[in-house]
Amino acid sequence: MVKYDKKTLKRMIDGDLTWEELKPIISGTKDPDRFDKIIEILQEKVSWDEKIILPIHEHLHIVSKDGKRIVKCDCGYEFGDYKENWKKKCRIRVRDTAEELEEFYPKYMSCDPDWEELREYFCPGCFTLLDTEAVPPGYPTIFNFLPDIDAFYKEWLGRKAP
Amino acid sequence: MNNKPIGWNGKTLMKMLEESEKYIKETKSYYGIDKLKLKEEDPFKYERAFASLRGALVSARETALHVAASPIVKEIGELCFALYTPEGDSIVVSTGILVHVHTMSEAVKFMVKQDYEQDPGINLGDIFLNNDPECGNVHTTDVQTLIPIFWKEELIGWAGGVTHQIDSGGITPGHDLVSAIQRFDDGTYYTCRKIGSNDKIWKDHMINARRSVRTPFYWELDEKCRLAGDLMIRDAVLEFIEREGIEYYKQFIREVIEEGRRIFQERVKERLIPGRYRAAAFFDIPMKEEAWQPRAKIDKISNQPLEIIIKNDGSMFLSFDGASGPGPNPMNCAKGAMEGGQWVLLTQVLIYGDKVNDGAYFAVDTDYPIGTWCNPGDSSLSYQSPWGNLIPAYTGMMKCLSYGLYSRGYREEIVPGYGFTGDAIQGGGIYSAGPLKGQRWSLSTFEISGQGLGASGVKDGLDWGYAMWNPEADLGDVETWELFQGGIPYLSRRVKPNTAGHGKYRGGANYEGVAMIANSKEVDFFGARDGYCFHGSGGMHGGYPHATGYRLYAKKTNLQEIIQNQKEYPLGDPDPSNGEFEKLLEGDIVRKKNCTIYPIILENNDMIYYALSGGPGYGDPLERKVESVKQDLNNGIYTNDLVYNIYGVVAEYNEEMGEWVIDKMGTDVRREEIRAERKDKSLTFDDYWEQERWKITEDMLSEPVKRMYSESLRLSTKWRKEFLEFWRLPEDFQLEVK
Repeated sequence: MVKYDKKTLKRMIDGDLTWEELKPIISGTKDPDRFDKIIEILQEKVSWDEKIILPIHEHLHIVSKDGKRIVKCDCGYEFGDYKENWKKKCRIRVRDTAEELEEFYPKYMSCDPDWEELREYFCPGCFTLLDTEAVPPGYPTIFNFLPDIDAFYKEWLGRKAP
Repeated sequence: MNNKPIGWNGKTLMKMLEESEKYIKETKSYYGIDKLKLKEEDPFKYERAFASLRGALVSARETALHVAASPIVKEIGELCFALYTPEGDSIVVSTGILVHVHTMSEAVKFMVKQDYEQDPGINLGDIFLNNDPECGNVHTTDVQTLIPIFWKEELIGWAGGVTHQIDSGGITPGHDLVSAIQRFDDGTYYTCRKIGSNDKIWKDHMINARRSVRTPFYWELDEKCRLAGDLMIRDAVLEFIEREGIEYYKQFIREVIEEGRRIFQERVKERLIPGRYRAAAFFDIPMKEEAWQPRAKIDKISNQPLEIIIKNDGSMFLSFDGASGPGPNPMNCAKGAMEGGQWVLLTQVLIYGDKVNDGAYFAVDTDYPIGTWCNPGDSSLSYQSPWGNLIPAYTGMMKCLSYGLYSRGYREEIVPGYGFTGDAIQGGGIYSAGPLKGQRWSLSTFEISGQGLGASGVKDGLDWGYAMWNPEADLGDVETWELFQGGIPYLSRRVKPNTAGHGKYRGGANYEGVAMIANSKEVDFFGARDGYCFHGSGGMHGGYPHATGYRLYAKKTNLQEIIQNQKEYPLGDPDPSNGEFEKLLEGDIVRKKNCTIYPIILENNDMIYYALSGGPGYGDPLERKVESVKQDLNNGIYTNDLVYNIYGVVAEYNEEMGEWVIDKMGTDVRREEIRAERKDKSLTFDDYWEQERWKITEDMLSEPVKRMYSESLRLSTKWRKEFLEFWRLPEDFQLEVK
């Protein structure tokens, strides 16, 4: 059974593995204890105490708090019930003019604001950019991922969810 | 006509297919298999059997392309082979353009359901040709050759091969015909047609085929290539049966497909999380100003919303409910083509390296809603370039799976998307001078198969090296492309700055090229790529979409004078707002925001520009390591102005050192400024919601956007309900396009 030590996985998360180190991890059989080790690493990285149930984003985690499952940022900002789209708690900038789009893309190389706009979703706590959406104006905010936590823990991991 | 059924144990093929479908419906397992008996009894024999068949298919492919093949097939291997059950389910596949493995499966099923067994008959030595997307193909340019394999009097399988043609005789030269708006523009159609017997292609078919396309020599070479490969597969299967016995073979092919299905579900359980995943991708079809045909003068955006449900047993449900409608354009996509796209990507993300076959297809339930762009159900439409919808649409699937991979900890497997396999510059002309004078050349470069891949969760995306339809993507050599498109020689090929999607890990980057028209007459030129909309579903976890394409060409130039005087000419377009074309050329220079254009006429010394696609980024760009940004600057991946704006990196080029030097303190300050700007210029969700809703209710949406919404709202009750609920709109709400 393939296993990687926490140090290697932490270096991978931090983008510090060389290609020679990373390639076998990509090509090889997966390590079944990865989930638990990653949770341990992430738990050590954050300054708060709530137990991470499921990481759902580079900076967001579903955690257990007071018997409820909420989405929480690395910085401590709490987005509320994980069954609600966390984007509804974000600060949002909509780039819907050519001038705003050309700050990030050369002329001719971005969407036309009559056809599409570029939305940036920020964490209200630390203003980390959490997501972008390139969608036609008026498109409903997309709720990307709603995990079935209990089924995952009970039926796939064979234990009760925290 | 066959009097005696050719299926197993006296059954007809149609009966066998009915039974197969009944088993999968009722038991969820392939042919109701509950135990992999052969594997359990002798796993070494079982694995050796699979490896020997797979080796035979890979060998057939590698050999066939050297027997006879067009440059496009030989150079980058635009072909693949597969072995099918009598019912048409793939057992084992070669390497190559695997998107076609499942499409050929649909072609076999079409023949079975149409009772080809009775008429026109299926006999040893028969050869069938198909390129009809409505019964198992992507577009007419992909041509399939299928032969039945018999053991004694029973049909025990099919060998199939696909190649991509340079031209299939459509409304204009080329392989993805932008100006095709109905079936009758798509080129020559072979709807599962018998074209040979006794292992020989009929003379009348080849005469007809040669007269139906613009590149008859290459068409004929590729027909021979596919048939050669099929015959090698047939020989290998018969040798297998001689060695292992017919009963072993019959049981083996079913167990292997069932194992493929189980592997898929186990891999899902190993790498994903049960739950609901969603993404939305888009593609612009800007034909209002481009189309010649009055009824095709419509600007459209394809809405490509994707929902994936991962169930507790590891199976998957995939739905494009909410997709917008088809139209008078070539991007309509048949259901079989969608299934081919779904299958080829799943083989790359979840089931690579093991029993890659239709088992993965059977593990996924799908909903391609009838009447939408992904299942129009109307064979009179054009299906000449369904890639325009299929390719961006499946970025959504990659992104959805990536959310699961992230949560499970397998960040190295994340791929939020990929670049569009454009800019597919196409056309052709006739040599007006030189040794080939009078002969036709065709512009059909397949360097489009080297696109940027999306970033993963631990590293940057692959530069200029990915095509979603061919896991062995290769952009090929200029010298090979010039063999068949000598009328448009290359002047340059180099890295194009700012194509890669921004992010903590950037997407793959790509390059640009310039070519001129020479020694030619009657030259058509056109191309297709994203222009008004970003390609696909964009970046992930704060990463940005990669840059769009655009169109640039120059007519009536002074290039001859420049060449004679040995002056500088454009080698690219690194800064579109200060273009080399405008600085160095005299002539009529055309720039268009839309990258998809109808054919134009070009003459000698006219020049064309093209740029290939980057890939989407991953994560907040402010978290990108400064050293990585420095490397981007030194490699010409990004320019300094954009690096300052988006990565907050302050750098200056040091002439003496010949490299960029980072101002670390300046970078810290700039990154803080960007964070402050994010705070100042962002809205609360409620304010954003009011602002976006206002665009809808106050008629601020453009015509193509309104058209997209009106189609999706009409075609899906569920999508309409969610749209109205989200924006709190009345139940009778309508968005109509005048």
